[in-house]
Amino acid sequence: MTTSKAVLIRGARIFDPGRGVDLVGDLLLSEGKVAALGEVPAALAEGAQVVDARGLLATPGLIDLHTHLREPGYEYKEDVSSGAAAAVAGGFSAICCVPNTEPPNDSRAVTKLVMERAREAGRARVFPVAAATKGRKGKELTEMGELKEAGAVAVSDDGDPISEAGMMRRVLEYASTFGLPVANHCEDLSLSRRAPVHEGVVSAWTGLRGQPASAEVVMLARDLALCAETGARYHACHLSSARSVELVREAKSRGLPVSAEVTVHHIALSHEANRDFDPNTKCNPPLRAEEDRKACLAGLRDGTIDALVTDHAPHTDNDKAVEFDDAPFGVIGLETALPVGLGLVAAGELSLETLIESLTAGPAACFGLPGGSLAPGAPADVTLVDLGMSFTIQPSNFLSKSRNTPFAGLAARGRAVATFVGGRSVFGWPEGLVR
Amino acid sequence: MAFAHHSLLGIAQLSAEDIMTILRVAETFHEISERRIKKVPTLRGKTVVNFFMEPSTRTRASFEIAEKRLSADSLNFSPSTSSVTKGETLLDTAKNLQAMKPDILVMRHRAAGSPHFLAKHIEAAVINAGDGAHEHPTQALLDAFTMRRQGKAFGRLEVTIVGDIAHSRVARSNLLCLTKLGAHVRLCGPKTMLEPGLEALGARLYHDLDAALEGADVVMALRVQLERFGGDTLLPSAREYARCFGINRSRLERVKPDALVMHPGPINRGVEIEPEVADGERSVILEQVTSGVAVRMALLYLLSGGSPDAVAKD
Repeated sequence: MTTSKAVLIRGARIFDPGRGVDLVGDLLLSEGKVAALGEVPAALAEGAQVVDARGLLATPGLIDLHTHLREPGYEYKEDVSSGAAAAVAGGFSAICCVPNTEPPNDSRAVTKLVMERAREAGRARVFPVAAATKGRKGKELTEMGELKEAGAVAVSDDGDPISEAGMMRRVLEYASTFGLPVANHCEDLSLSRRAPVHEGVVSAWTGLRGQPASAEVVMLARDLALCAETGARYHACHLSSARSVELVREAKSRGLPVSAEVTVHHIALSHEANRDFDPNTKCNPPLRAEEDRKACLAGLRDGTIDALVTDHAPHTDNDKAVEFDDAPFGVIGLETALPVGLGLVAAGELSLETLIESLTAGPAACFGLPGGSLAPGAPADVTLVDLGMSFTIQPSNFLSKSRNTPFAGLAARGRAVATFVGGRSVFGWPEGLVR
Repeated sequence: MAFAHHSLLGIAQLSAEDIMTILRVAETFHEISERRIKKVPTLRGKTVVNFFMEPSTRTRASFEIAEKRLSADSLNFSPSTSSVTKGETLLDTAKNLQAMKPDILVMRHRAAGSPHFLAKHIEAAVINAGDGAHEHPTQALLDAFTMRRQGKAFGRLEVTIVGDIAHSRVARSNLLCLTKLGAHVRLCGPKTMLEPGLEALGARLYHDLDAALEGADVVMALRVQLERFGGDTLLPSAREYARCFGINRSRLERVKPDALVMHPGPINRGVEIEPEVADGERSVILEQVTSGVAVRMALLYLLSGGSPDAVAKD
């Protein structure tokens, strides 16, 4: 990223819960780094471009650990450029893109391609998560040493689980050789049968096939046993059930090197949202019962769950305008995560501190990413949030190529109004992307 | 006053009053099928499309006869492949059907919720003729109609439904319909065929057939659909099912003396029901088929704007 002129963000409420910072003051970004915050000496800020941020919240740039960018292979749904644009419009300065592309990101070539596209786009930082096994088939290890060198920050076969326990053990052993965290999509396919909704009152009511919570719990329990045995860094993707949260809590109390994430839609919605057969509520893992939703929220609050993620999974209207059973799994979230999260804060289900920490310092620590902090010397990735702005979530305004959100029409309050990456303004509301 | 619903997507949307209105109107149409000339001009000039994306013989035939007896112009449209395999979306299908300007669309589909999706994008009234394992509202209505004609009052009626409840749209619609009317519904089958969430819908679940049959007023056996299992093991064999959950003469000793035996058809004789029971004196299985025509005539009439109070059928 080219280093531009210094920027002085003036009068913001500087909010960095990862470091316990909450003060009204100025924030100076220079040479791509946070140069100073609080009372910035005039001499230091001389010549800087001034941004009047009075009344706004200045947080570390938001980080998403779980984004599907669809490139290469499914560029009609999303590509690196449109996904990175959607990210900064939602306040995300960094996103980690998972490898279920075509071809899958199981090679240096694809990792490099994604990073090159991200550089060209010049929006959010894009950190590739490479496949853990060749072709994401769960049979052979990928060349993780080289993948890490190329820029991969973690390995995962996301979209699919690593089904065989023996293979998972090898993945954990080998990845930890290079210090790469292993992120697993926990789904025992013999239990889930890829059923479209959670097994419970809504599956009983709708007649849609249900996948039991045990489909997730069984594999997570297996992974935690393997994590204990190998000592490898393990990250549980998109937890959705109450029992899973308990398992991670217990594993952490035993000191295992475990981290976990939950999606925004799993803490905002329950399977009640599936009752009307709207394919834009179909995701995997499925939306679960209210007690699961509550347990995931509790897990975020007590730190059992480290990161709030989008699992941004773009599918076009065409992909979704089919029978519920036939519709692909997944919803998008980059442009709705923060407003929906702030809605949960307003409803008293989450504190603002927890929300922002789980979108900044929390995810940064999971994969050892730069950012997530406004400490002097940290990357100058900053998000300005207007907590008071009321607006309606309108998919037609999205910068993502896809519109598959369960939150269309939601009356929201609070959104990102500016995003800085490396000290450079990349998004401003309402003007949009900054050239 | 016209019937309060534009479409019939499921029993879930109906009130007890709506259901009783349909049964009452069906009663007046029942007589037409007994006439020498079984045709009235009620739906003359109306177009009804029978859109069946899943094979069906009797439901489609029943609708077709109902349509013809009401003088509607009807068309059968049964694409052999799903829209997805053709590269078309269900939305495309809906738009194409709408472009032909039907008045009523009767729809059968293997995927739950498909008629609900279609109804959002089409002006015609939609009648759900079975969507996946979700609902089969006309079956539940014809079952209730049959019970009523057999002199059963719904208040505190004990109805036992036996079979693969989890995968049955007939069971789901009957459960909703009968509980709305005040009946008590017992669902019985092995645990592989009963999902726990069904209890929240107001049913009592049984795994012991004898207990489920004790004092029942109506026994409904469902077809064991071995072809629907899709590789999922729910049963060791048809033989074992017949032994543990088949309705036979000795098991029927536990039900009330005037209890009815019902089955939505087609029957697997000797699996879920013994031939001598299916053809026995308590069986109203063929009456159900006759009722189906009357109930479907009533629905076609009501959904094309007919008044429930002054039934104009001549």
